[in-house]
Amino acid sequence: MTHKEPLLRIAKRDSIPRPKAYAIRVIAVLLSLLVSGAFIFSVTKLDPIQVYKAMFDGALGTSRRSWSTIRDVMTLLCIGVGLAPAFKMRFWNIGAEGQILIGGIITAGLMRSLGPSIPAPALLVLMAAVSLIGGCVWGVIPAVFKARWGTNETLFTLMMNYVAIQLTSYCVALWENPAGSNSVGVINQQTKWGWFPKLFGKEYSLNVILVLTLTIGMFVYLKYSKHGYEISVVGDSENTARYAGISVRRVTIRTMAISGAICGLAGYIAVAGVGHTISTTTAGGRGFTAIIVAWLAQFNSFVMILISFLLVFLQKGAVQIASQFNLNDYASNIITGIILFFILGSEFFINYRLIHQPGKEGKA
Amino acid sequence: MKKKFLTLLLALAMVLSLAACGGDDAAKDNSTTPPAEDAGNTSGDTGDASAVSDIKIGLICVHDINSGYDAAHIEGLTAACEALGIDVESQVVFKYSIGEDESCEDTALELADDGCNIIFSDSYGHQSYMLSAAEQVPEVTFVSCTGDQAGVAGYDNLKNIFPYTYESRYVSGVVAGMKLKELMDAGTVTDPYIGYVGAYPYAEVVCGYTAFFLGIRSIVPEAHMDVQYTNSWYDPSAESQAANALMSRGCVIIGQHADSTGAPSAVQDALSKGTVAYSVGYNIDMLSVAPDAALTSAQNNWSVLYKKTLESFMAGNIPADYAAGCADDAVMISPLGPSCAEGTQEAVDAAWAGIKDGSIKVFDTSTFTVDGKPVESYDVNLSIMDWNTNTVIYEGPTQNVIADGAFQESVYRSAPYFDLRIDGINELNNN
Repeated sequence: MTHKEPLLRIAKRDSIPRPKAYAIRVIAVLLSLLVSGAFIFSVTKLDPIQVYKAMFDGALGTSRRSWSTIRDVMTLLCIGVGLAPAFKMRFWNIGAEGQILIGGIITAGLMRSLGPSIPAPALLVLMAAVSLIGGCVWGVIPAVFKARWGTNETLFTLMMNYVAIQLTSYCVALWENPAGSNSVGVINQQTKWGWFPKLFGKEYSLNVILVLTLTIGMFVYLKYSKHGYEISVVGDSENTARYAGISVRRVTIRTMAISGAICGLAGYIAVAGVGHTISTTTAGGRGFTAIIVAWLAQFNSFVMILISFLLVFLQKGAVQIASQFNLNDYASNIITGIILFFILGSEFFINYRLIHQPGKEGKA
Repeated sequence: MKKKFLTLLLALAMVLSLAACGGDDAAKDNSTTPPAEDAGNTSGDTGDASAVSDIKIGLICVHDINSGYDAAHIEGLTAACEALGIDVESQVVFKYSIGEDESCEDTALELADDGCNIIFSDSYGHQSYMLSAAEQVPEVTFVSCTGDQAGVAGYDNLKNIFPYTYESRYVSGVVAGMKLKELMDAGTVTDPYIGYVGAYPYAEVVCGYTAFFLGIRSIVPEAHMDVQYTNSWYDPSAESQAANALMSRGCVIIGQHADSTGAPSAVQDALSKGTVAYSVGYNIDMLSVAPDAALTSAQNNWSVLYKKTLESFMAGNIPADYAAGCADDAVMISPLGPSCAEGTQEAVDAAWAGIKDGSIKVFDTSTFTVDGKPVESYDVNLSIMDWNTNTVIYEGPTQNVIADGAFQESVYRSAPYFDLRIDGINELNNN
């Protein structure tokens, strides 16, 4: 042997048993905690265990914090559930931000204009229905263009975000309160018209009920329905789908209608159930974060609960350590970044394997 | 192979965890012990100053210390606590980068859960969330700095504080006016054209740029000004773009009511390339980013307001609104830059002295006109309105704010209500 062989080679795995895949993920999480622990210690000389404890406190330390964590998990999960069918179909819906904002604008508009003129439950249902339709339209437009004219959905959905952001700015300028402040303020702060009611004595019960229902529904829809099967066939290979007599065009449009509608509903939840206001930051990047949620969970909506929880947990924890240890946001963002890097990196080791010595592969 | 890789990973994990464990002991020594000592100290002091040791303060910041505005609040509260003997380490909780959304309410309620008995928020947009929190936790005092609803909202535990920023704006205008006069006397500039980078078109900003403009006009009576809004409190690139747009229109002085160093940096760039332009900043000394272009910055000394508010809180008689100005050292300007005109310091001293003794009134109605006419009376409705539906949210009195030949700013409530558009000022992009 005269020519040098590389020390490591990479080969795609054919398949990996599920427990092993999860073992790799758990190892990745542990490793990420160790590395960020080392980072924390080397930069700040703080005890990493204390820092992790503070993160836990920040997310779940008191019942109020737990509820705000649950609330944010639900919103993120809702968007993730909305994105799952589109991404399973390999339709890159980068437009959740816009779909959320459209749902949010509609909800805020109805909250402001209808107020007491119709009964509260009717208003809630109406806002939900109209924001579903709004998000649906926002999702269907790029789908129709893709299905008819083969446009690139990544760019198209992304552009639709900017249109939605401009529309939101317009509405904020229209509704701003006080004039000139460029913010809508809390809508119906005194009267609470159109706000989610407290159920079982908890402020966010309705958020939880709505989103968990959707989560279960999406699981069943993707796994057991004919539609779900069509989505996965189209996602794997459009040619196969055509050969099997599936109308790719119809499936594309139908799936994006569902995806957009659920994201629109997330906007409804964010406005009526959480913030009670509308601004260009109502979506707050969650439309993009939710892609990680859907993708990491491999479109299994129950796993998405876990992933959304992990992401929100990290974010809440990051805010807590920033204030508790007088670090600024960047330090906590670095920790979040390290942890996400390892989690995403673990997918590499699940899909590929490293071969140490040359010339021995081919048996796996 | 896979096994080998796993072993490798595990070995790596063990090495790292050892390192992390090693870290624990060292860190414990310098992080866990001091608070325990502090606790001992304060409990020893309780005899004479029970109120001081009982107080626990929360501060909600819209950005972190990297923003000049928030830095002024953080340093202000810290200085106030030190002056009052409150231990910042154990008795003050800072929360950074809290948006003007439900996270503000979450944070305020959390601070209350953590045992804070007085909670400040530093941004106007926090106010409605502070109000929600005040409604839910009546035993805790919530102070919304720069807010405007405490006087009329009807919650005993919601308060507003605001410095007379217009005084420091006026004086910074005097500095700019001196420079403008120097440039005109030298023949470098023929058109006394001023630009102003404003955040939002509402009273706080309008009040600020009007005061700045009147300060300039006290030196250069023929000056005129354009205002460009950025629609953000903190947006370095938008602020520098606005400054560039104003300079390309011919503005030679760029003032600002926005929180970043975007505008002064842009002016410094232009000045280095030969454009005649100078900058007047806000909140922080801009000399570090614009050593030649920065003349001065209008500043608030928040420590005065925090100290006074904490004192009255401990005495149990905190007013709904509290405002203070140069008489209490609550406002100031930053040290004059090397580019300032000769005689500026004297003019500044005279202006401060005049404001203090009342001989100079910033909004003297004889110094400005609206639509060509002097303002003889102006009714301000202090109610908080929902302007879209024209319904009153909180009923407040309507006040004629013109008295003693001047617009009485920040007297009937701490937050500014000067929203007259006076002649000589032109808003470029108020939608």
